[in-house]
Amino acid sequence: MQIFHASTNTIAKLSIFGGLFLVVGLLFLIVGIQRSSYVTQAGVAREQPIQFSHQHHVGGIGIDCRYCHTSVETAASAGIPPTKTCMNCHSQIWLSSPYLEPVRDSWKTNKPLQWNRVHDLPDFVYFNHSIHVAKGVGCSTCHGRVDRMPLMWQSASLQMEWCLECHRNPEKFIRPKSEVFTMEWPPNTTESAQTREEARVQNVPEQGMTQAPAKPDWDAKKGWHQDVDGKRLVEEYKILKPNVLTSCSTCHR
Amino acid sequence: MSTNNPDKPEETTRVPVLRPGYTFGSITDKIAAIALGRKTPIGWLIGFSLSFGVAMMLFYSIGVLLLKGIGIWGNNNPVGWAFDIINFVWWIGIGHAGTLISAILLLFRQQWRTSINRFAEAMTLFAVACAGVYPALHTGRPWLDYWLFPYPNTMGIWPNFRSPLIWDVFAVSTYATVSALFWFVGLVPDLATLRDRAKNRTAKIIYGMLALGWRGSARHWHRYETAYLLLAGLSTPLVLSVHTVVSFDFAVGIVPGWHATIFPPYFVAGAIYAGFAMVLTISIPLRKFYNLQDFITMRHIRNMAKIMLATGLIVAYGYMMEAFMAWYSGNEYERFMIYNRMTGPYWWSYWSLILCNVITPQFLWARKVRHSTTALFLISLVVGVGMWLERFVIIVVSLHRDFLPSSWAMYAPTRYDWMMFIGTLGLFSALMFLFIRFLPVISIFEMRTLLPESKVKEEA
Repeated sequence: MQIFHASTNTIAKLSIFGGLFLVVGLLFLIVGIQRSSYVTQAGVAREQPIQFSHQHHVGGIGIDCRYCHTSVETAASAGIPPTKTCMNCHSQIWLSSPYLEPVRDSWKTNKPLQWNRVHDLPDFVYFNHSIHVAKGVGCSTCHGRVDRMPLMWQSASLQMEWCLECHRNPEKFIRPKSEVFTMEWPPNTTESAQTREEARVQNVPEQGMTQAPAKPDWDAKKGWHQDVDGKRLVEEYKILKPNVLTSCSTCHR
Repeated sequence: MSTNNPDKPEETTRVPVLRPGYTFGSITDKIAAIALGRKTPIGWLIGFSLSFGVAMMLFYSIGVLLLKGIGIWGNNNPVGWAFDIINFVWWIGIGHAGTLISAILLLFRQQWRTSINRFAEAMTLFAVACAGVYPALHTGRPWLDYWLFPYPNTMGIWPNFRSPLIWDVFAVSTYATVSALFWFVGLVPDLATLRDRAKNRTAKIIYGMLALGWRGSARHWHRYETAYLLLAGLSTPLVLSVHTVVSFDFAVGIVPGWHATIFPPYFVAGAIYAGFAMVLTISIPLRKFYNLQDFITMRHIRNMAKIMLATGLIVAYGYMMEAFMAWYSGNEYERFMIYNRMTGPYWWSYWSLILCNVITPQFLWARKVRHSTTALFLISLVVGVGMWLERFVIIVVSLHRDFLPSSWAMYAPTRYDWMMFIGTLGLFSALMFLFIRFLPVISIFEMRTLLPESKVKEEA
């Protein structure tokens, strides 16, 4: 007497292949999901109490990053501006805008605005903004084109493999210190770089936030070549060797 | 027992590997009846319930460990490894006899392996399962154990390939995989026999699925032989490599008492020693309760006793060399280590180890002892204890007196340490009981090849 139908042979063979594909497919799926924006929140705009637009303030008006994030050059945290900083302008303009009601409330009641944190590293990572800025890591290298973000979002995954990408090969990401706060980097064309360089040199005394380097670290006329200039700056800025930069205790203390 | 085999008149074959008088049918009947018998023997029920209950102790303590962490163990500073690693090495070592019997003795065409290889391989699998519990749990956060494997993780890093601990992950997982495959492939023809003989429909379906459509055609046999030989070839290096890598866990470290080049061969010999002790511990009661003396004959028992004696002597040589090197190296730390083993706070463990592993097996020189199953059963139990003590001495006694006297401390196992260890013994025997009840404990088709009728006459 037959216990199994003749189709069992086919089913058995199929299940071997199916099982194998299922396992491999599942692994790919897990690896994929772990890097998806569902998990990392990269590229997902965060709701905020006020619809503050970096696109408008940075891209449109041209306010320097450091006007609000004042401690970025000197401290671990770049700093979130107090309501006073908003009121510098908004006590003069957009006085009755309903969007700004929470700002005025905060000003009157002396209660700080509760922003929702966008970039939140795990607590076992000791990240310091000032050293990155001081060694020529640009804002937009990690934060993306903030001047094009109507609402703020994370542009990078903030996963460890992303950190290590640069800590292993800093020469691929480093830029002149003078360009750290530039949004568009590397410059698309030599001309745009030149015009910007001129604009920067003229602007710096007025901003008065930092001293412009006496001699820029790159020749805007020649353009920017990451493969050559990156290596040069790594030497010049005395950036530590990757074995130190990727040592566990550099970031996990 | 008379000499029936005129080809080999030597003294060793006086007891044949299969008592004469069996036919193809009667061999099959006898072995298949154990698995297919309708009535479960009362002794089996008692034994299984007892070991299953003890296994529950393991699961309970794993539950507590997951809730509270490894602080429930007695491990401390400087004794960072204790029962967890002792039991891991002990269980892994026990498995080695199964692989040796099934792979190396197959390649050397030792006919006497035939009736013991099946349950020795099962023993290997269950021992590896018990061993695997410990390294998985001792990481402290077992839910992150997948970090041990090199997979494309978002941390952008690999496990430390220079660490013997990661070699261990590969050694043990390979060992478990190959052993499981080897065991299962060897089972397929017998599963088909059980499928064909089962009366119960559920049994027919289960055995039928496991038999993978085996019909016993010439092509099936040809493929089977090829696959089995290949797996034997794959398993053979594992007998040596797995415990070599386990010994590297210690030998690569610089702790006095660990940092010795003799460790790999000494560990492998110890593993086979403990393994054969376990095979004897299982086979002596097994053949008695299921009346298998015709299949597992005194010849098997004697041969295993001889292997135990030989590996026991290698292990004794290892102990001797440790003591010799401590003196000969002139290194004060090494000298202190051996002095501390012999006279320190754990002196009793060292001398019990010598008693169990070096002195006890010397009785095996006597023919009378090798012919007495009771004596062999007792000796194999003592050797099992001795091999456990060996790991205790190597791990705990080396660690509790490390380089810095200010950090010296004593180690005492907690009740969870004991519950886990005894629990794995329960898990092991529970699995063994299930195996005996539901699968052929002895390879039916290989036993049939031992009959003179199975020998094909060579063409003229």
